[in-house]
Amino acid sequence: MSALTLNKITAQKGITIAEAASRVADLGWTPSYVQEAMTFPTDYKISKTPRDPMKQVLRSYFPMQEEKDNRVYGALDAALRGDMFRNVEPRWVEWMKLFLAIIPFPEISAARSMAMVARLAPGEELRTGMTMQMVDEFRHSTIQMNLKKWYMENYIDPAGFDITEAAFGRCYATTIGRQFAEGFLTGDAITAANVYLTVVAETAFTNTLFVAMPSEAARNGDYALPTVFLSVQSDESRHIGNGHSMLMAMINDPSNHQLLERDLKYAFWQNHAIVDAAIGTFIEYGTTNRDKNKESYAELWHRWIYEDYYRTYMLPLEKYGIKIHHDDVAAAWDRIVKKNYVHKTAQFFSVGWSLNFWRIEAQTEKDFEWFEHKYPGWYSEFGDYWKWYAKLSKPGETNIVFNADVGYVYPHRCWSCMVPCLIREEFCCDEVDGKMYTYCSEQCRWTHKVAFAAEYEGRATPAMGRFSGRREWEECYHGWDIADAIKDLGFVRPDGKTLTPQPHLRFEEKDMWTLDDVRGHVLGSPLRSFRALSPAERDVAVAEYRKGFTINPCN
Amino acid sequence: MMPSSTIESVSPTPVKSGAAGSAKFPGSESRKYNYFEPKGRKASHYEDMTVDVQPDPERYLLQDWIISFPDGTPTYSKDWTAAKSSNWHKFRAVDQEWERTHYQRQSTICGMVQNTIENGRKSGASKRFDRAWIKILEDHLGAYKHAEFGLGTSTMQAQRYGYTQMVNNAILTNASYKLRFAQDLTLYLSEIGLDIEGFNNEAGKKHWLEDPIWQPTRRSVESIMGSNDYLEQYFATNVVFEPLVGELFRSGFIMQVAASQNDFITPAVVSAAEADYERNLANTVELFHLLAEDEQYGTHNIGLFNSWLHKHADLALDAAHHLQPIWSQPRVKIASFADALAQAKNRIRGIATEIQLTVPASLAV
Ligand SMILES: [Fe+2]
Ligand SMILES: [Fe+2]
Ligand SMILES: [Zn+2]
Repeated sequence: MSALTLNKITAQKGITIAEAASRVADLGWTPSYVQEAMTFPTDYKISKTPRDPMKQVLRSYFPMQEEKDNRVYGALDAALRGDMFRNVEPRWVEWMKLFLAIIPFPEISAARSMAMVARLAPGEELRTGMTMQMVDEFRHSTIQMNLKKWYMENYIDPAGFDITEAAFGRCYATTIGRQFAEGFLTGDAITAANVYLTVVAETAFTNTLFVAMPSEAARNGDYALPTVFLSVQSDESRHIGNGHSMLMAMINDPSNHQLLERDLKYAFWQNHAIVDAAIGTFIEYGTTNRDKNKESYAELWHRWIYEDYYRTYMLPLEKYGIKIHHDDVAAAWDRIVKKNYVHKTAQFFSVGWSLNFWRIEAQTEKDFEWFEHKYPGWYSEFGDYWKWYAKLSKPGETNIVFNADVGYVYPHRCWSCMVPCLIREEFCCDEVDGKMYTYCSEQCRWTHKVAFAAEYEGRATPAMGRFSGRREWEECYHGWDIADAIKDLGFVRPDGKTLTPQPHLRFEEKDMWTLDDVRGHVLGSPLRSFRALSPAERDVAVAEYRKGFTINPCN
Repeated sequence: MMPSSTIESVSPTPVKSGAAGSAKFPGSESRKYNYFEPKGRKASHYEDMTVDVQPDPERYLLQDWIISFPDGTPTYSKDWTAAKSSNWHKFRAVDQEWERTHYQRQSTICGMVQNTIENGRKSGASKRFDRAWIKILEDHLGAYKHAEFGLGTSTMQAQRYGYTQMVNNAILTNASYKLRFAQDLTLYLSEIGLDIEGFNNEAGKKHWLEDPIWQPTRRSVESIMGSNDYLEQYFATNVVFEPLVGELFRSGFIMQVAASQNDFITPAVVSAAEADYERNLANTVELFHLLAEDEQYGTHNIGLFNSWLHKHADLALDAAHHLQPIWSQPRVKIASFADALAQAKNRIRGIATEIQLTVPASLAV
């Protein structure tokens, strides 16, 4: 006989979880007096009721989440008591000014997008899961705003955190994050809120975002980011479950297959282009830890994206008759390991440091060694560049973006993913609705011209979104003196002259660049110049661009 | 100027500490979010967590929205409501919720409700319920839970459309409260049903779908769910339906009558919704008051809100009147429908007056 416990004496018969979930799902009904508004349409057909694999109810959800929160906030307090910031690496925290400026908007966009899928899903079984996701994403957005505020209050240089949401709306780097977020909630509701957000971004890429990033943070003395982001990530399995159920409710209908193929291709490539650019840079260039035994971003990618996602999630979709673009997965992998995508992005961000709102310090000998070890050939392509960067980090030098001695050629912007066309040999252009556009890759060209259109392979796609707005950032300041542009961006410190961004981590006024140090150079839009070319000139320009550039030796 | 660079001034100076205050330089003391106008003297934590996270081309969104719907409608549009504002960014939620406060409050309610049910069941409370009362719980509280659910799904839909983060988050927490409460009722009924022989868990939905008593209520809720204007949904929920039908049934009937039927549990479960509503109402009144006072669009807005009030009050009043027979079903009659309705009308008149609306004749004493 087992011992009597208080629990056993007082235990009451309850209803099972499955029963609770099915009673709760039965709260829904089909309206008969007034039809529900259908304002976010889709071209997909959803005839099956999506099943809820998680079977949760809100009354266990809220206490569980509160408990998670308690742990997060307790850990933040403990980090301060333990004087975390005395030992944190500023190189790392500076990049958090960019990362945390971006991420709360994609998070809350995911909350909004639940409105779109929840209404489209027949039946109410998945309603609870989507409600939880909506509240989770509200959690993620505000918990990240809180973390950012906490850095601002406790880190040596708060400038850049203090202007965060204004900077998010304006910076040429955050543009990439806005493309990511708007993709979740604009256009065809299933394309956006199911395939792009859940089936691809959450299922594949949150691992690099929310698992790989925290490990690197910890290596740089930052224990706060892991606390918050691992807690965030613990909500993702629920979201991945929601997305998968929804996908399963559509996948058996062959009329959806064409659209699924389109959207998986678009979503995978865009996520690669955006997330790998940003997170790859944070992890590889925001760290001071050069332990050769740790995984590089390429290795992490292979594990999370290639093994866990492509092989175990994407490939099995083929048995439903969905065409998977294996070639795109291989191409993304090549861009990371052979074509230096991440390194070129970090180079681009640093070339543009004066238009950023955080500090980027030069990579040094210790970094070079690690890069060469992990990415053989790195030194010959990027070594001199970073030496130039260090050399030109002193006020009074010519701003690296305009410094002809360096040999860097400012890139075109990709109209699709918003990352510049950094892998020069993949640069391409095309005409859409009578206008010429530039792209970083064939896949991005396809995304703009073929996927985001009113028709797909002869089939009408009336719900599909369109690219809009002033997508080329450079065009916004075409013809402006860079000092005026920086002022207009608001990337100036409270003294009215010192720049928010700095190309170093020196915390003394005498070392800091001011507006006067950058004035006298004019910004221009590469696309404008490109569009002004005749077809023959354009061909020459494309061929020239594809050849790339060589950084001059620096000594 | 200094002579040309020495090695020390170019190579990175070793930073001794990354902590605030360890160096003084331009910007080293700028430790507040500085891109928005706080409502009070200084920004609240809620404002720091919320303001400007959803961007706006009229504020900082330099490149405008970069994806649009096929008809050219951008990611967020002011046209998603007929209401107009000269400054959508002015609104702040009165309850100041961000994630932490939201989970704390929801979790406390979940704990309270579950303790109440557990203790009640332990003491065999539901066995002492009056028989007629049990039927009322099955049929009518069981039907009413669907109304709460409908308003929850409706506000969940509405939180996509607001022009600012503040508006959308207030509607989001409203949805979260409503959906939790609909589940609270569902699970509560299921659990006491375990202790009551022959308890019918299906009766509620049947009454919701078929009973003439509930049809106008269902119509009223479906009208809110079916509206294409997210602010109309938010308005109709909190300004109209809640006082005229929600509170009428919850406070004016369940909370008042239960105790005299030997039921001390149901009022505790239902009371959570009354507290939720106070917060949702405060947020709603703040928003609509602001819109009604808008120097540029106030008149337009008041006219619009009056038309919403008219439309939804007619539906909700019809719903309320049809609920009347429920008041005579308990064996011990201690509350009168007339009193409850008078109270409900009184309440909606108070709310309407606060947002400067004209109270329709049907809502007069
Ligand atoms: Fe999230
Ligand atoms: Fe998520
Ligand atoms: Zn691209």
